[in-house]
Amino acid sequence: MRKIRFVGILALAMVMLGLSGTGVLAQAKTLKWAFQGDLMSLDPHSLNETFLIGFLGNVYEGLVRRGPDLEIQPALAESWEILEPTRWRFHLRKNVKFHNGNPFTADDVVFSYKRAMSEGSDFKTKVSTVKKVIKVDDYTVDFITKDPNPILISEWSAWFIMDKEWCEKHGATESTNIKSGKENYATRHENGTGPFIVVERQKDVKTVLKPFKDWWDKPKHNLSEVIFTPIASDATRVAALLSGEIDMMYPVPVQDIGRVNKNPGTSVLVGPELRTIFLGMNQTYDELPCSNIKGKNPLKDVRVRKAIYQAIDIKAIQKKIMRGLSEPSALMISPKLFPAYAKDFKRYPYDPAAAKKLLAEAGYPNGFTMCMDSPNNRYVNDEQIAQAVVSMLAKVGIKVNLKAQPKAQYFKKVLAYDTEFYLLGWTPSSFDSWNVLYNLINTRDEKTGRGKFNLGGYSNPKIDALTDKILSETDIAKRDKMIKEAYMLLHQDVGYIPLHQQSLAWGKKDTVSLVQRADNQFMIYYVNVK
Amino acid sequence: MAAFIIRRLLQSLFVMLVVAMVAFLMFNYVGDPVHQMVGIETSFAEREQLREQLGLNDPPLVQFARFVGNAACGEFGLSYQHKRPVAELFKERLPATLELSLVAALFSLVVGVPMGVYTGLHPKGFLSRIFMTFSLIGISLPTFLIGILMIFIFAVILGWLPSYGRGEVVALGPWTTGLLTASGLKALIMPAFTLGMFQLTLIMRLIRSEMLEVLRTDYIKFARARGLSDRAVYFGHALKNTLVPVITITGLQIGSIIAFAIITETVFQWPGMGLMFLQAIHNVDIPIMSAYLILVAFFFVVINLVVDILYYVVDPRLRVDMGKVGGHG
Repeated sequence: MRKIRFVGILALAMVMLGLSGTGVLAQAKTLKWAFQGDLMSLDPHSLNETFLIGFLGNVYEGLVRRGPDLEIQPALAESWEILEPTRWRFHLRKNVKFHNGNPFTADDVVFSYKRAMSEGSDFKTKVSTVKKVIKVDDYTVDFITKDPNPILISEWSAWFIMDKEWCEKHGATESTNIKSGKENYATRHENGTGPFIVVERQKDVKTVLKPFKDWWDKPKHNLSEVIFTPIASDATRVAALLSGEIDMMYPVPVQDIGRVNKNPGTSVLVGPELRTIFLGMNQTYDELPCSNIKGKNPLKDVRVRKAIYQAIDIKAIQKKIMRGLSEPSALMISPKLFPAYAKDFKRYPYDPAAAKKLLAEAGYPNGFTMCMDSPNNRYVNDEQIAQAVVSMLAKVGIKVNLKAQPKAQYFKKVLAYDTEFYLLGWTPSSFDSWNVLYNLINTRDEKTGRGKFNLGGYSNPKIDALTDKILSETDIAKRDKMIKEAYMLLHQDVGYIPLHQQSLAWGKKDTVSLVQRADNQFMIYYVNVK
Repeated sequence: MAAFIIRRLLQSLFVMLVVAMVAFLMFNYVGDPVHQMVGIETSFAEREQLREQLGLNDPPLVQFARFVGNAACGEFGLSYQHKRPVAELFKERLPATLELSLVAALFSLVVGVPMGVYTGLHPKGFLSRIFMTFSLIGISLPTFLIGILMIFIFAVILGWLPSYGRGEVVALGPWTTGLLTASGLKALIMPAFTLGMFQLTLIMRLIRSEMLEVLRTDYIKFARARGLSDRAVYFGHALKNTLVPVITITGLQIGSIIAFAIITETVFQWPGMGLMFLQAIHNVDIPIMSAYLILVAFFFVVINLVVDILYYVVDPRLRVDMGKVGGHG
């Protein structure tokens, strides 16, 4: 008996030695990192979500990609030209291999377009303006668009190219369709052209990547292995970084940034994010169901909207709630994405006295009541921001009943246009103002899909007309001027109340150098570990 | 006995049906899964089409009937989020949860019973007071707080134990176990302690009060009068007579350990069913939620059955009654 126990201990000790031994060897160039959730799927057409696109951008590639400053770079397409306003020609990169060794050709591009348009795909919007894809020869592809579209490729860094042969072999020619009741091969297997290969994947435990030796581009990283672990609990994720078990993680909760910075050897990388947080107001109802004002909707009056705007102390929100990690905004788009004229926009100043005066002029000297909707697990400190807005509005006499709910319930309610006053965030996936104008600011038209996220129903026909012109205008200077004009009209109408751009907060060890991209996507192929 | 077990199994089927039905009625209020399944730019027409395809527009009772029909064939469908068969997802995560729960339960019994006996025998002893204070902490601190405190002490400050995950696991056929590797064992310590803490204090306090009660009874005095050793009196007579309530509570607690592993699993990123369930709630992943609730109901039912059977083992009086009932029935 004693002998058996001794052998057991010996075996255990050997296992321990073995484990720690490999740990030391691999440590030199291993990156261990964590995010708050796991990658939902390896299928690049299954879910249009920032984290999934960002992660798979290290494994798959599109015809174009975005660089550290979000600039468009050639990737699988070496160059392109516009033959006619509705016909784009792409010259594909030669000698590119998929991870299984198959060569990349024009057939794969045509196939990936069809796959992205298949029933289960969540990426139809990325390629839906395309009417037809034509293979000219093995390394040339033409895209025919329905209308002239100067920003055709702006969203294509998220449209990934898959191998036709591999998908056909494994019956994965369509994106995962939940209706089929069957698992898609591409959900758990990948075959991209990108810098990393997925070598091991255990859902919710870890995903291991190794560099792809035959990658066409010159690697800018020095990694030999990448281990990704999802850690859902904020406190645990912070602890894992502080204890040195992981090298990098995001997001760092706002309240823990100080602690991570104080800890020797770790720090938080902070940068502005592209998402704009704003308040929307219902301008379609004839009467707000929650309000004590009957027979009319106070929010239809521009003076009331301006009063709400001026009653909000954005500096206090920045300082007290966001702890400095936000950039107050006068625009519905990040200034980074509209560099031409962003400086010309100023917020209406915080001025409760002026707000009260505006309310009195509008006929509400004693204010009024209404309801507000806010998510409580979607954006950084979303519920706290909404609470602050409620208390600030109370000071000018507007009594707001706040309903803060988890995102699942919140979106169900507001996307049914059932809201009086709400908090929402928006990042244009094309990084372009047209997306913001068309989706958020244009008059709602359920047939065409115009203004579908204009949940409050703001409407200005002049902006609608401008938006159409902006879509097809190819002269950048003219286009920017029109965008400015549209935003100026919105500002004068106080159609929305922009609040701020929240900040990104990534925690890392000091030995790790990386690029933080403003769209919150992590490019592992830029990481260097000392 | 066989008739009894069959009767209980039929009852349990009914319990599980009721659980499933309540769950389905609740799902109307958890939000819309479709908005969690697609990116924000997906058009409303496509969302509506998806909703129709998933059968979410049908009345809850129709959805329920369809679910029961499929479940009876062992078909739980695809998870909305993972896009993989639900049964497979549970199969992967079951070992992690069961291992953690059983180790936690074992820990609470192995430590809790002796502590309970000791504090029962020496109610005024110094050590007993320490145990009682300790148990007060265990019973009043919420699980996640104990977990986070432990992480900061043992992972961040001391650096002895990993703060998350399950360590290296070894696959034994379909089962994965972390009990055979050093990193797996190390990773198990904090979650098992956190999860077992509440049960430990409960068991200890229960045994203590039962012991105090039993030690006052006549048969203990009589046993002493017979000149039996302390050991025989305390363990052979006293402890054995405290066991019926202890078994009941422990049994039910194992059920709740499995069910409440949700919080511990989330704090420690333990890749079990609870973690998956919590994420499913966030994303309104109805196939996972319904399967989980039914599975937990099933565990409770099975554990209750085992507890009932154990009564007969421990308590001879019931065995006699049982014989009579069996005879008449």
